[in-house]
Amino acid sequence: MSMRLEQGGRLIDRDAPLDFTFDTNPMRGLRGDTLASALLANGQMLVNRSYKYHRPRGILASGPEEPNALVGLGQGARFEPDQRATTTELFDGLSAMSQNAWPTLGFDMMAVNGWFSGMMPAGFYYKTFTWPQSFWKHVYEPVIREAAASGLPPKEADADRYEHFYAFVDVLIVGGGIAGLQAALEAGRSGARVLLLEQTPHWGGRAPVDGVEIGGKPADAWIGETLATLEAMDNVTLRNRCMGVGVYDHGFALGYERLADHTPGDGQPRHRLWKIRTGRIVTATGAIERPLSFAGNDVPGVMLASAVRDYVVNYGVAPGRRTVVVTNNDDAYRTALALIDAGLEVPVIIDPRERNDGPLARECMRRGVQVETGAAVMKVKGSKRVEGVMLCRANGTGGAGAVLDCDSVAMSGGWSPVVHLWSHCGGKLLWSDEHAHFYPDDARAPTGADGAAFVSTAGAASGCMASGDVLRDAARKGGAAVGAEPGEVPQANDIEEVPMQPVWVMPTKALPELRSKMFLDFQNDVKVSDVQLAAQEGYESVELTKRYTTLGMANDQGKLSNINGLAILAQSLGEEIPQVGTTTFRPPYQPISFGSIAGEARGDIFQPLRRTPMHDWHEANGAYMEPVGHWRRPYCYPKAGESHADAVAREVTATRTSLGLLDASTLGKILVKGPDAGRFLDMLYTNKMSTLKPGRCRYGLMCNENGFLMDDGVVARIDEETFLCHTTSGGADHIHGWMEDWLQCEWWDWKVYTANLTEQYGQIAVVGPNARKVLEKLGGLDVSKEALPFMAWSEGELAGIPVRVFRISFSGELSYEIAVPAGQARALWDKILAAGGKFGVTPYGTEALHVMRAEKGFIMIGDETDGTVIPQDLGLDWAISKKKDDYLGKRAQERAHMVRPDRWKLVGLETLDGSVLPDGIYALGEGMNANGQRVTIGRVTSTYHSPTLGRGIAMGLVEHGPDRMGEVLKFGKTDGGTIEARIVSPVFYDPEGEKQDV
Amino acid sequence: MLILTCPYCGIRCDETELAPGGEAHLKRFGPGSTDEAFEAYLFERENPMGVHFERWRHAYGCGRWFLAARDTVTLEVFGTYKAQMPEPPEEIVAAIRARRPEWEGRA
Repeated sequence: MSMRLEQGGRLIDRDAPLDFTFDTNPMRGLRGDTLASALLANGQMLVNRSYKYHRPRGILASGPEEPNALVGLGQGARFEPDQRATTTELFDGLSAMSQNAWPTLGFDMMAVNGWFSGMMPAGFYYKTFTWPQSFWKHVYEPVIREAAASGLPPKEADADRYEHFYAFVDVLIVGGGIAGLQAALEAGRSGARVLLLEQTPHWGGRAPVDGVEIGGKPADAWIGETLATLEAMDNVTLRNRCMGVGVYDHGFALGYERLADHTPGDGQPRHRLWKIRTGRIVTATGAIERPLSFAGNDVPGVMLASAVRDYVVNYGVAPGRRTVVVTNNDDAYRTALALIDAGLEVPVIIDPRERNDGPLARECMRRGVQVETGAAVMKVKGSKRVEGVMLCRANGTGGAGAVLDCDSVAMSGGWSPVVHLWSHCGGKLLWSDEHAHFYPDDARAPTGADGAAFVSTAGAASGCMASGDVLRDAARKGGAAVGAEPGEVPQANDIEEVPMQPVWVMPTKALPELRSKMFLDFQNDVKVSDVQLAAQEGYESVELTKRYTTLGMANDQGKLSNINGLAILAQSLGEEIPQVGTTTFRPPYQPISFGSIAGEARGDIFQPLRRTPMHDWHEANGAYMEPVGHWRRPYCYPKAGESHADAVAREVTATRTSLGLLDASTLGKILVKGPDAGRFLDMLYTNKMSTLKPGRCRYGLMCNENGFLMDDGVVARIDEETFLCHTTSGGADHIHGWMEDWLQCEWWDWKVYTANLTEQYGQIAVVGPNARKVLEKLGGLDVSKEALPFMAWSEGELAGIPVRVFRISFSGELSYEIAVPAGQARALWDKILAAGGKFGVTPYGTEALHVMRAEKGFIMIGDETDGTVIPQDLGLDWAISKKKDDYLGKRAQERAHMVRPDRWKLVGLETLDGSVLPDGIYALGEGMNANGQRVTIGRVTSTYHSPTLGRGIAMGLVEHGPDRMGEVLKFGKTDGGTIEARIVSPVFYDPEGEKQDV
Repeated sequence: MLILTCPYCGIRCDETELAPGGEAHLKRFGPGSTDEAFEAYLFERENPMGVHFERWRHAYGCGRWFLAARDTVTLEVFGTYKAQMPEPPEEIVAAIRARRPEWEGRA
């Protein structure tokens, strides 16, 4: 059983107790504890159930590499799943819940999965649940989700706030251990702007725990002095609780600062995402200890040797009273010494190496520890906690050996440099036979815009395993980052170590029964036997094996499982580890919160909101608004007790019978000006714009080079050299960009200038039989049929406000679209409303607009078009010039497929029963296609209830549609039924166009 | 997060200021062209590991389109130049050859 020791703990304050709960059980820790150390102090070894087999799992590590101790943290609006106990600072009132166990952590029903583990091998999901297809949705997926569920998502909106922070520096150093500090010292001395990030609240990394002495002083003293020196440099910024999580192209890096995780609700932003541009990056990210693969290496109480040492030295916590150390290297002997120093028992060190007479082994033996060389752990006894280990010979098959009682096991399989950040942007690796790990190849560093390396590594991240080497490497890399030679480097008291010996399976020739209990990836329950099976089944690529077995996926990202898994794969394939290679390291190094990614972009400032000059009026008058791009437009203006459908019907009827008013300000308005403006528009539009007379308007279509209809709108010729192009509301920015692309890159010698004036003008559509009368009441501009006929425009004043009035109609009624300087648009809107009172003036929204345009058979970009529709499909041949040699899309429209007679073409559709056709519904043909699907011969593109006609109307694209007038088609509903509709003309209302031209 | 220098306004642009526009130096084929030539213009694109020429727009800046020569693997930038060039200018080609002697020129 784990417990708090009487003495020790360099990071805790024994006078500052903190209360917290785990699975609602009250517990007590100390200021300075992590949640993990506090759980261990309370004897809580069991913290989780594994993902697949629901095996009991305990704390394995002491840092971000922890695979097991993931908990749900906080409550309500501050609940967050999958938080690591090892990197969570304890605070008073903290509440943590275990995950993935039901009904309780101690008794988990799903643990039966473990009994059937033989039936859940590598690739289990792929193999088992392929048939029948219908079982996926209703049986397999719900069951797997229930069994494999990790943390639960929060139910409430996040109570915290987050922010982004931009930093620009010469040198970014990631990692505040002795390597990072030494590198910062060298870089800082040059006067360069240096930013040093450390992921924990403490500086100095492992050195104080490992008993390192630097320059004849304990590491803590050197760290304190170095920090003071750095803090005195104005050009150096130090940031702890801030993890460097990603390195990106051209010197971009992300830092993830956890400001208030340990002080929730104190008013600070919880997390801050640092967006850093830097000249050079030095990653001093240290190394991570590897587990050993022996049977039962996942039983609670088995921990990494370095983690055991951390808990004893930093927190005064021990995982047990009697700890067996098993290691293939000398470093873990330090753990034995730390445990003995703390008054705990280490009965034996199990070392598979044939002999060890190094200074650390001799010291352990002198302190009374038995050192068993050439030995191995055959398996761990116990399930919810370690009860003992069975010993065997290191190179055997695991025959029964001595049984040794113990309550914890400290294991070490060697150390792997944290190369993630080095590799994020393409840094390559070399294999070290000496240390059995990958380390950065300085000759193949990530390169920047100038082709020079911009990332280097320092210290253990470079593969330096001794403190003296770490400091020298760091000084060299820190200096190199600013182009300086390193200054004097302090000496460290390194003890000579006997070379480590790679051990990938323990014992070497372990039989299958043992191999199927050796965990490589604790989080994903991937065992030695799974990787071996994958290799047998032909998975030779490490990337594919990773995905097939889930080795190193999710949270782990190759931290603990990587090298052990690669080694097993290499062994199984009969290859060397470097030949098998590693999987790709991708950012982020650690999961970061969604909140930090979103930053301030929440709620009202999630994205900019575009408001028309009449926006406030709409809101004040009860408009139901809908998003249109970044705009908000009134969908309708429901009155008290009115449904949206009622409101739309009222607005349509009022407009058709008297007077409607539409805020059309969102309409795109692009000015195209210059001697070549007409020639340019002739290329952009399918019809000829250069022949348009000043004072007149013309409807035009724009296609992309693929021939597909992209945008439409009315062009008004202002004068000989000037055109005003109206685009769709959503298309204004895109079309302006489209114009600029062609003008700058293709026809750059044409004299044309464009300006997007969309927001410079408000636009009000005054629509209905009484439209002219209301404008005459305002007074000013002559709006008579003679002065301002249909498809003309004129300029002047209305009610004293300067206006440009277009006689264009998207409703089929007498209609004036009035453009007015944005600052005066609201004033004009108010005046029209006042003058229109006697005509029952009715503001209408986008839905009424849609209904009225559909009644007239006018197409809508995005409804009738979807990026596969050419104008010819829509019966718009009249708007395509036959005389022009060229326009954008013309060549594409000549392709064989575009001129096929059986293309689906626009028609109107009327249901036989008068109901409204479902949107997007397909017309059914005869028989099945090659894929065994019902043949379809058309689809509905727009469908509405027409209040004018009192029944459903629709537009659609139908094979040979225009030639099949009067034919009745069957449409297939999603419930399996059908609905019948007759093909009719798409113009349902006023087919002669008499009402708009009065 | 590339940094490219806009050849018009001289600003070193963070990638967030830029909009990508695909391969540079495409020749437009219009009416009268063969199906093969038109298909190549519309769809066929280089996708090299190494030297590549791209269109970029300084969308959140001066609004101008420009062209960039860079290595798609190492992300080294050999230079940026104005969009009106039908071929990469000599100094850009020289810069590429200085850094990539084995480069065989544009396909």
